[in-house]
Amino acid sequence: MADTRNGRPSQVFRNLNSKVASIPMVLTASVVFVGGTIWTVIHSFTNSKLLPRLNFIGLDQYERLWNSNKWLISIENLFIYGVLSLIFSLVIGFMLAALLDQKIRFEDTFRTIFLYPFALSFIVTGLVWQWILNPDFGVQAVVRSLGWESFAFDPLYNQDIVIYGILIAGLWQGTGLVMCLMLAGLRGIDEDIWKASRVDGIPMWKTYLFIVIPMMRPVFVTTLVIIASGIVRVYDLVVAQTSGGPGIASEVPAKYVYDAMFLSQNLGQGFAASTMMLVTVLIVIVPWAYLEFGRRRHRG
Amino acid sequence: MSSVIVRDVSLNFGAVEVLKSLNLDVAEGEFIVLLGPSGCGKSTLLNCIAGLLDVSQGQIFIKGKNVTWEEPKDRGIGMVFQSYALYPQMTVEGNLSFGLKNAGLPKDEIAKRVARASEILQIEPLLQRKPAALSGGQRQRVAIGRALVRDVDVFLFDEPLSNLDAKLRSELRVEIKRLHQKLANTMIYVTHDQIEALTLADRIAVMKGGVIQQLDGPQEIYNRPVNRFVAGFIGSPGMNFLEGQVSRDGSPSFLVGDLRIPLDRYDFSVANAAGAAALGIRPEHVALDEAGAAMPFSLETVVEIVEPMGSDTLVWTTLGGHNFNFRAPSERTLRLRERITIGFDPARASLFDAATDVRL
Amino acid sequence: MAEQGTLSAAGLGASRASASEAWGPRPRRALSRRNIIIYGTLTVVALYYLLPLYVMIVTSLKGMPEIRMGNIFSPPMEITFEPWVKAWATACTGLNCEGLSRGFWNSVRITVPSVIISILIASVNGYALANWRFRGADIFFTILIVGAFIPYQVMIYPIVIILREMGLYGTLTGLVMVHTIFGMPILTLLFRNYFASVPEELFKAARVDGAGFWAIYFKIMLPMSLPIFVVAVILQITGIWNDFLFGVVYTKPDVYPMTVQLNNIVNSVQGVKEYNVNMAATLLTGLVPLIVYFISGKLFVRGIAAGAVKG
Repeated sequence: MADTRNGRPSQVFRNLNSKVASIPMVLTASVVFVGGTIWTVIHSFTNSKLLPRLNFIGLDQYERLWNSNKWLISIENLFIYGVLSLIFSLVIGFMLAALLDQKIRFEDTFRTIFLYPFALSFIVTGLVWQWILNPDFGVQAVVRSLGWESFAFDPLYNQDIVIYGILIAGLWQGTGLVMCLMLAGLRGIDEDIWKASRVDGIPMWKTYLFIVIPMMRPVFVTTLVIIASGIVRVYDLVVAQTSGGPGIASEVPAKYVYDAMFLSQNLGQGFAASTMMLVTVLIVIVPWAYLEFGRRRHRG
Repeated sequence: MSSVIVRDVSLNFGAVEVLKSLNLDVAEGEFIVLLGPSGCGKSTLLNCIAGLLDVSQGQIFIKGKNVTWEEPKDRGIGMVFQSYALYPQMTVEGNLSFGLKNAGLPKDEIAKRVARASEILQIEPLLQRKPAALSGGQRQRVAIGRALVRDVDVFLFDEPLSNLDAKLRSELRVEIKRLHQKLANTMIYVTHDQIEALTLADRIAVMKGGVIQQLDGPQEIYNRPVNRFVAGFIGSPGMNFLEGQVSRDGSPSFLVGDLRIPLDRYDFSVANAAGAAALGIRPEHVALDEAGAAMPFSLETVVEIVEPMGSDTLVWTTLGGHNFNFRAPSERTLRLRERITIGFDPARASLFDAATDVRL
Repeated sequence: MAEQGTLSAAGLGASRASASEAWGPRPRRALSRRNIIIYGTLTVVALYYLLPLYVMIVTSLKGMPEIRMGNIFSPPMEITFEPWVKAWATACTGLNCEGLSRGFWNSVRITVPSVIISILIASVNGYALANWRFRGADIFFTILIVGAFIPYQVMIYPIVIILREMGLYGTLTGLVMVHTIFGMPILTLLFRNYFASVPEELFKAARVDGAGFWAIYFKIMLPMSLPIFVVAVILQITGIWNDFLFGVVYTKPDVYPMTVQLNNIVNSVQGVKEYNVNMAATLLTGLVPLIVYFISGKLFVRGIAAGAVKG
C-alpha cells in the first residue's frame, strides 16, 4: 500500500496485521525473557542490596553464595529431591501406565484418581501432607496407637529426612502427570508390535524392556525435561510444608532466591543464586535441545 | 491331511457377531487367500487362527492338534503384519533372532536359521541395518524373514503388501509366490486386493459379514461365482448386472427390456429356475464388431462414454435399459454416438435369483 | 448351509462341554494371578492417592477435641460444619481475621481476566504464527519456547521493575499481566499447533474469497477451534488459581490470592493451631481446580498432553 509503484508493497507493511498481533509475543520474548535474563545475570555481579545498582564487584556474590551453608543445603536438597523424584516418578508413572494399558475395566476411574492431585496446587499438597505427616496426630501417632510404641516417622520434624517428607508429597502430586504422558506413549505403539512379540513368544516384561521402552524414547526424554524443569522450580511445596525447616534443613534454591530478594534485602545474592539456577537448567536443556535439533537437521 | 482346520468358529465382540460359525479346511501346503471388503472378518479370522484373539465358540486345529487354547507361540505359526511390526531398535539380525533367543535355541542353530532365511529372502547385506534404514519392500522381506526363521508349518499374512506402492506390491507378490513354491508351506493370506488373491491363491475364501461366501479356486470364483456379492466383488471393472426375468416359454431365455437373451447354452445350477433374476456379464467377455456378431447373442447399440485405459478401452453403452460396459481393444477407435455391434456368450454369464442373490 | 453350520456348532458345544478337549474361548478365571496383580496394585495405589483427600474431608468435619483424641483416618463421630464456616469467614492470618473469602474473591478477580486475556492474545498469536508467517517470527517464537524453561526466579525482579515503572506493582492488573506473560509460551504453542493442523486449503479458500487476517480468524478459525479453547481455559484456570509465587511477589496483602492467604492462615504462628479449620481452608482452596478437573475429564488430560509437547 505504501509503495505500489514497483508493484510490491514495502516490506514493513506486508502482513501488517500479523505483525501487530505478534507484538505481545515479541515484547515478552525480547523484553521479559531475553532482557530480564540478561539484566539479572549482569546484576548478579553487583553489590545491589535493597535496590539494584550497577556497582560491579566481580564474582564476590558467587563466592559468598557458595560459602553460604544455606545455599549448599539448598543445592544438596535439590539434588536429592531431583534425582529421587525423577527416578520414582518415571518408574511409578510408567508402571501405572503399563497396568492401565492392559485393557482393564474401570480404566477411566483409576486414571481420574491418579491424576487428580495434579490439579491441586503445591500449597494444598504441602499442607495436606504436613497434616498427614504430623507426628502428634498423623501416621506416626496412628501406628503408635496400634501398639507399636517406638514407631518413628516424623520426616517434617527431622533434619536428616525432611527432604524425603517433601518428596512423598511431590510424588503424590506429580506422578499422575507422568502416568498420563506414558500412557499416551504406550497407546502410540503399533498394535502389531504386540502381536508380533506374542507370536515370537517373547514374555511381556521382555517386550516392555527391550522393545516398547526403547520405542518410547522420545516420550521419556520429553517427560524427563518436563519433570526436571519443574524440579528446579520447587518452591511452593517447601514453603507450605516446612517453610524451609526444621532450621534450614529443607531449603531449596528457589526459596533462597526469594528470601534473598524480598526478605533480607540482599538483591545481589538473589541474582547470583537465580543465575546459578539458570545454569542448572541450561545443563539439563542444552544437551536435550542439541539432540533434538541435531536429529531434526539430520532427518531433513 | 489337513494342515489348518477351523471348526464352527464364532466370535462376538459384545453383541456384534464378527465371525458366524465359520468352517475352513486348509490342506497341507495349500495357499489360501481370505478375501473381502474391510470389516468382513477376514483379519479377525486370521488373528483367531494365530491365537491373538480368543474365539467365542468352536475349535481350531493346526497339524491335527487342537490349538484352540494354545498361546500363539505354541501353535507352530509365523505371522507377517501389514505394518511390518519390526522392532525398531534392533538390527535386522536382531529382529530375526530375538524370538529364537527367547525360545532358548542354541546359538549355532539360531545363526544357521538366520543365514538360511536371509539367503532365501536375499537380505544378507541388510543384516546389520536398523529397520529405519530400510525401504518398505526391504522391511517387508525382513518381516517375512522373521516368520521364516521360526521354522513353522503355517504362515499367516495379514495384508502384507497394503503399505507398499503398486510397483513394489507386484514385485513382492511374485516373491511370495516363489517363496511358497520353494518352501511348500501352508500359507493363509488376508487381502482386500483381488489381483493378489487371484494370482497367489490355490483357493480363495471370499468373505462378507463374518461368513465365507465361496471357497474355491480362482478360476471357479471368477467364472462361477456362487452369489451376486462374489460376482460383483471379483473382477475389475465390475460385472454388469441386467435385472430381468427368466422365462421358460419354450427354450429358457432371459428377458430384459425388449431384449430376449437365449439361455439354452447356460449351465443352470438350479433346475427349472424361473422368475425375477439378474444376469451378470463380465466386461471382458463382450466382443465387438464381427467377433460380437458371431456370438450366440448380439445386438446393435450406441457408444455413450469412452474411457481409454492404455491396454484396452472401456466403453459404456445401454443394454435393455441398464448401463453396460465392456472392454474393447485399444486399436479400435470408437467415437461418441457411434453405432456398434456387440455380443457375448450367455454360457459365460452368471444368473442370480433376484430375491436371494444366489446363483441359478 | 449356514443353518447346518449353527446346528452342528450347537451340537458340538453340547458334546464338548463334557469332554476336556479345548473348545471356545480360553478358560479365564476372574481371579487369575494376572488379574489379582493388576487390580490389586491399582487398587492399593488408588487408595494411597485418595488418602489425602479423605483425610482432608474427615478432618475438616471434626471438632478440635475429637481431633486431639482420635486418629486422623477415623471418620468423624460428630459431623460439624463449624470449621468450614470459620475457614471461609473468620480464620486469621497474621494481619486480619476475614477468613479465606477475601482471598477467594481476589483469586476470582485475578483468574477471570488472566484467563481471558492470556488466551485471546495467545490464540491470535498462534494463528499469526501458523498462517501468516513473517520473517523473524520463528526467532521470537523459539525464544518464547526456550523461555518457558528458564526458572521464574531469573525474571522475577526485572518484572518487578517493569511493573513499578508502569505503576502496576502490587495491583491485580499487574498480576494479570504477569500471568499473561508466563502463560504465553505454552498457550501460543498450543494454538499454533492446532491452527497448523487445520487444512491449509480452507485458509487459502478464505483468502481467495477475500477474507483478511481478522475475518479469517473470527469467522473461520474461531468457530472451528472450540475444543482447543476449552483445553486452554482448563489449563489456565487450574494454573492461575494454583499459582503462589507470582501472587506473593507481585501483590500486596489486601489483594493476595487464595493460595497465599491459605498458606498464611495455616502456617500462621500466632494462636492455637486449629487443624480442622486448616483442612477446611485447604479443601476450599483446592475445590475450584478439583471441580474443573472432575467436570472436564478427558479434556484435562488433553490439556496436559498438549502441555507436554512444550519442548
